[in-house]
Amino acid sequence: MNPALQALITIIVGVGGCVGYFYFSNLFIDKVLFPATGENAGRNINRANMVRPWLFLAPAMLALGLYLAYPVFATLWLSLNQQMPGNTSQFVGLANYTQMMGESKFWESMRNNLLWLIVVPALSTAFGLLAAQLTDRIWWGNIAKSLIFMPMAISFVGASVIWKLIYDARPAGTEQIGILNALYLWFGGTEPVQWLQLPLWNNLFLMIVLVWIQAGFAMVILSAALRGIPEETVEAAVIDGANPFQIFFKIKVPQIMGTIVVVWTTITIVVLKVFDIVLAMTNGQWETQVLANYMFDKLFRANDWGVGSASAMIIMLLVLPILIWNVHNARKEMR
Amino acid sequence: MTGDSSRKSPLTWAVHLSTLLLVALWVLPTFGLLVSSFRTGDQISSSGWWRALTTQEQQVPAIRLAGEETQKDGLFVIEGRLFDNDQTVVSHWGINSREPKAFEPGQPTTLEGGQTLVVQADGAFTLSSPQSMADLRMPRVFTSAATPPEFTLNNYTNVLTGAGTGQSVGQAFLNTLTVAIPATVIPILIAAFAAYALAWMEFPGRALLVAAVVGLLVVPLQLALIPLLQLHNAIGIGKGYLGIWLAHTGFGLPLAIYLLRNYMVGLPRDIIENARVDGATDFQIFMKIILPLSFPALASFAIFQFLWTWNDLLVALVFLGTGNDQLVLTGTLVNLMGSRGGDWEILATSAFISIAVPLAVFFAMQKYLVRGLLAGSVK
Repeated sequence: MNPALQALITIIVGVGGCVGYFYFSNLFIDKVLFPATGENAGRNINRANMVRPWLFLAPAMLALGLYLAYPVFATLWLSLNQQMPGNTSQFVGLANYTQMMGESKFWESMRNNLLWLIVVPALSTAFGLLAAQLTDRIWWGNIAKSLIFMPMAISFVGASVIWKLIYDARPAGTEQIGILNALYLWFGGTEPVQWLQLPLWNNLFLMIVLVWIQAGFAMVILSAALRGIPEETVEAAVIDGANPFQIFFKIKVPQIMGTIVVVWTTITIVVLKVFDIVLAMTNGQWETQVLANYMFDKLFRANDWGVGSASAMIIMLLVLPILIWNVHNARKEMR
Repeated sequence: MTGDSSRKSPLTWAVHLSTLLLVALWVLPTFGLLVSSFRTGDQISSSGWWRALTTQEQQVPAIRLAGEETQKDGLFVIEGRLFDNDQTVVSHWGINSREPKAFEPGQPTTLEGGQTLVVQADGAFTLSSPQSMADLRMPRVFTSAATPPEFTLNNYTNVLTGAGTGQSVGQAFLNTLTVAIPATVIPILIAAFAAYALAWMEFPGRALLVAAVVGLLVVPLQLALIPLLQLHNAIGIGKGYLGIWLAHTGFGLPLAIYLLRNYMVGLPRDIIENARVDGATDFQIFMKIILPLSFPALASFAIFQFLWTWNDLLVALVFLGTGNDQLVLTGTLVNLMGSRGGDWEILATSAFISIAVPLAVFFAMQKYLVRGLLAGSVK
C-alpha cells in the first residue's frame, strides 16, 4: 500500500479511534454501567465520576507505560544478560558492565560527554543571556531574536552539514571553501587545518554546532525572565549610580537565577542524548566518541545488545539526578 | 525604549553593533549553505560561497577546438570562439593538462604538427597551418578564465529526482512527511484528554501521576530502542511506518501532557464550574470548552512535535529501517555525507531541502513556539 495513503488512513483511524473511544466509553459508564436514574442515581453518579478520570487517562497511560516506563526496566534486564546463539540469552550479572569498563572507547566517550556537559550548557546559556539582554534594548530586537532563534528549527543533521562546510579544508595552495580555514589563512595561518581531525579540539568544534542550535532556546526563556524583573529594582540601582554592567550582573542575573538553572538543566538533558551531530560529522573518529553514539555502535553495528544496553543505562544514570530534581520540584508545586 | 534611543550614548551603539555581530554569527552559516545550493559544483569547489557575487578566476574544463577551415594568404586557417558568452575573460591558456597556464592571451604558440595557435582574452582563437588540417585531430585548449557570477536551479532538480546521486531526496521528502504528520496528529488528542483529567478532575493519585509524567519527560529514548524493537517484532509490526508512528506518539506524550496540563490548569475555574452546574458532563466540557480554549497550547505542542519528528534521525533509523526507499531526509543526508562528502552542490541542496519545511513552519508559527517553550520550562 502506498505509504501516503497508509498515513491518511492512520490519521483517520487514530483520531477517529480516539474520539470514538472517549465518546463511547463515557456513554457506556453513564448509560449502562452507572445510569444516573432510578434509585441508585446519586451513588451511580459518584461512581461514574470515580471511574471517569481513568477513562480519560487510559490511552495515555498505556502508551507511556509501554513506550517509556517498560523499556527502562527491559533495558536494565538486557544489560544484565548476554545474547546467545539461537535467539536465547543468559544472565551474566554485571559482566557487560565490566567488559564496557575495560574498553578505551567507553572512557573516551565518558570524557567527551563530560566536556560536552560543561561546555555546551555554559556557552548556550551565556550566549542566550547575552542575546536576551542585547535584544531587549533595541527596536529591531524582535527580528534579531527570531534570527538567533532560527537554528532551533534545523535538524542536528542539517546543522552538521551547515557546519561541515564551515570546517571544510582543501589542500594547501588551493582556494579554501571553508570559511574557518579561509579566515585562518587570512589572519596569517600557514597551512589549512583539518579542524575535525584535531584531537580534543575537534570536540569543541562539534559542540559549537549544538551551542548554535541551543542558544536561541536559552535566549527566548531568559528574555521572558528578564522582562519579568520588577522595574523598581533596576530603577533603584540606577539612582544609586550603578553602571549597566553592575545592573546586569548584580541586579538582574541574581533575580533570574532560577530560570538560568532551568535552562541549564534542559540543555544538559539534550547534551546527554547528543547523537546525530557526532554520527554525521565524525562518527566518533578522531577521539570524538560520545555515549549515545557509542551505544548506537554497540547496538546496531556490533549487535552487542548486552553492552549496548549497559551504556544506555549509563546515560539513564546520568539523567537520573535531573529527573529526581524535576519530580521533586513538580511535587512541591502541586502542594 | 524611547529613553534608550533618544540619548545615543556610545553604549547604545555598542549594543546595536554587538547584536548585529551576534545575528551575523547565527545567520551566516545557514546563509552560506543556501548560497552554495545555487552554485555549480565547479564554482563551489573553486571559491568560497562568500565570493559567489564576484567574478571568479577558475580553471575551465578542456575545450576541443572546432570550426571550418578557410584559406588565407597561403595558409589554412580555422577561427572561432571558445565560449558562447562574451563576458568570460581568459587570463591564461595552455595546450596540455600539465601546463594549463603556459601562455598569455594573444601569445602565439607552435603545436607539434607545425600549426600555430593563438587564443585572445575574449576567447577568440586562430589556428593556422601551412598544410590543410582537414584530417587532423583538433587540439584541446585549457583556459583559466574569469567567469561572471552565475546561479543555477539545476542542483535542486538533480537532487529531487535523484539524478546523479543514486538516492532520491524527493522520495526521502515524501517518507519524512509520511512519518511526521501522523506522528504529530495522533498524540494530540490522547494527550489532551489525559491533560484534562490531570488538570480538572479530582481523583486519588493525581499528584503522583503528574510527577510521573514530569519524570518521563527526561527519560532518554535511547533506552527504549531495543525493548521496543523486540516488542514490535513480537506483535508483528516489525519495522515500518506503523511502528515509527507509535514510537513517536509514545515519546511525544510526556511533553504533550505536561504542556497541555500546565495550560489547562490556568484556564478560569468559573467557566468550568458553571458548565458543571448547568449539567454538562466532563466529556462535553472537554470537547466544547477546554479544547477550543486550549488551542494555543495545542498549536505549541503540534509545532514541537512536528519539528522533532521531521528532524529526528535516531528513531527513524531504528524503527523505519535503513533501506533506500525507507530513509527519511536526515538519514539520506547522513548517507550522502558519507558517500558524497566532497560534492557540496549535492549536500548543500539536499540539506536545504530538508531544513526548508521546518524553517517555514518556524517562521510562520513562531509565536506559538515561543509560548510553548515558556509554558514548558519556566516555573
